[in-house]
Amino acid sequence: MTTPPFIEFKDLKKKFGDLEVLKGVNLSITRGQVTVVIGKSGTGKSVLLKHIVGLIHQDSGRLLIQGEPLDRLSQEKARQFKKKTSYMFQDNALFDFLTVYENIALPLVETSKIADAALQLKVHARMKQLGIEDIDNKYPSELSGGMRKRVALARALVTDPEVILFDEPTTGLDPIRKKNVHTMIKEHQKKFGFTAVIVSHDIPQIFDLAQHIALLDAGIILFEGSGEELLHSEIPEVQAFIQGKDSTKHG
Amino acid sequence: MITCYIEAIGSIFTQFIASVGRLFLFFASGVGQVFTLSFQTNKILDHIWFIGAKSIFVILLTGLFTGMVLGLQGYYTLVTFGSEAALGTAVSLTLIRELGPVLTAIMITARAGSAMAAEIGVMRMSEQIDALVTMQIDPVRFVFTPRILAAVLSFPLLTALFDMVGIFGGYLSGSLLLGINEAVYMDRVIHSVKMADIWGGFFKSIVFAFVVTTICCYRGYYSHVNRQGKFGAKGVSLATTNAVVQSCVIVLICDYVITSFLV
Repeated sequence: MTTPPFIEFKDLKKKFGDLEVLKGVNLSITRGQVTVVIGKSGTGKSVLLKHIVGLIHQDSGRLLIQGEPLDRLSQEKARQFKKKTSYMFQDNALFDFLTVYENIALPLVETSKIADAALQLKVHARMKQLGIEDIDNKYPSELSGGMRKRVALARALVTDPEVILFDEPTTGLDPIRKKNVHTMIKEHQKKFGFTAVIVSHDIPQIFDLAQHIALLDAGIILFEGSGEELLHSEIPEVQAFIQGKDSTKHG
Repeated sequence: MITCYIEAIGSIFTQFIASVGRLFLFFASGVGQVFTLSFQTNKILDHIWFIGAKSIFVILLTGLFTGMVLGLQGYYTLVTFGSEAALGTAVSLTLIRELGPVLTAIMITARAGSAMAAEIGVMRMSEQIDALVTMQIDPVRFVFTPRILAAVLSFPLLTALFDMVGIFGGYLSGSLLLGINEAVYMDRVIHSVKMADIWGGFFKSIVFAFVVTTICCYRGYYSHVNRQGKFGAKGVSLATTNAVVQSCVIVLICDYVITSFLV
């Protein structure tokens, strides 16, 4: 008997009003791998990601966690899965009324009974790893875009999650910062072995990081495979996307 | 044509019912979590500082001038009947039974309630509420529960302050400016106010604390859900306006209902 995929979307559909964003998504995410979801803006990549953390619920279809539907998991099992999952928002979603230290410490302060000394140690260790030491008392509004991304990443990593969902982690960054973020994710994924799902537009840079790539187009997964396979795919929409052409114009 | 009208009315009605249901669940969830473990002491103290301590100056000002104007109006009304000696009774009972709790609630709504709605609204629009959900932190417990506890403690204390300063204002205009005997004024205040009046005023202020905090936090929390379909800054501004207007109106309605039971 084969082991079911860690996370699996089966014919998942989602509508907002009259607009059907996801029209039957089928996608498997393997434990411990970096899966990258690419696709044009507005095709529902973030919507897909938000289903995993329960921010959005599907209209039909199933989202399976190790073979069991997420919405039918026992409360305790669902809580355990979500506790092990971190989400890095596209716009960081840092708490603007909390300092950098408080932002990173928040998930631990609110959900565990960690002692102050251990908390400080853990938060500072993450800050050091991400090169954001000595900004404990600064507020997010006082930081540059790149620094905020790193604070958001530190917050996502501080709970030692098993799954991290990255929603366009490099949006708005310059090419050097983009590369840094990719390297950072790659190094941390290797070190901690978490399962990563990344929504990205960074082609071809993301190929270096991705172990599995899925292209979401017109509400369905049009392609699944490695970076190499994507580059050599004969699907016209895939080639159009890679070359930056508008596939809708080609009929 | 008629079907369209019926459909529109039906839609408004169902949206209203859904909104009332959401409000009730929001209230029940927030208040229910007051009794959960890990008491949020620091957050509660922060909100007491913001809702209570920082409202003291505005309460002192409004209380003083409300009392002074009551003294002034009361004097010219009572003097026509030759009963200006009852000014102390009129000022103190009006303040303790009615104006103290109501005006305190309205002033706190304007100062702190609007800020609550705007702050939570911005958290909603910038995905900070969603971030709490992804961290397995209950957003209602995080944004609403500490505020409601802080409000329940602050409202009665500020009401007491408003009443005291108001009675002093009545003394300033009635006795010092218009010449009513000071001893008579104070004697009337002391002998006409019963403990039941004070408890009644405190009871009202606690009910108003629940009303104002629930409506303001709820409006901010659901600032992305509105009939006008407004999002972002417009959504927050609409939520803040609705929070203030609805809080004030419901405070006045509740005041009438409670008074009709108390008298």
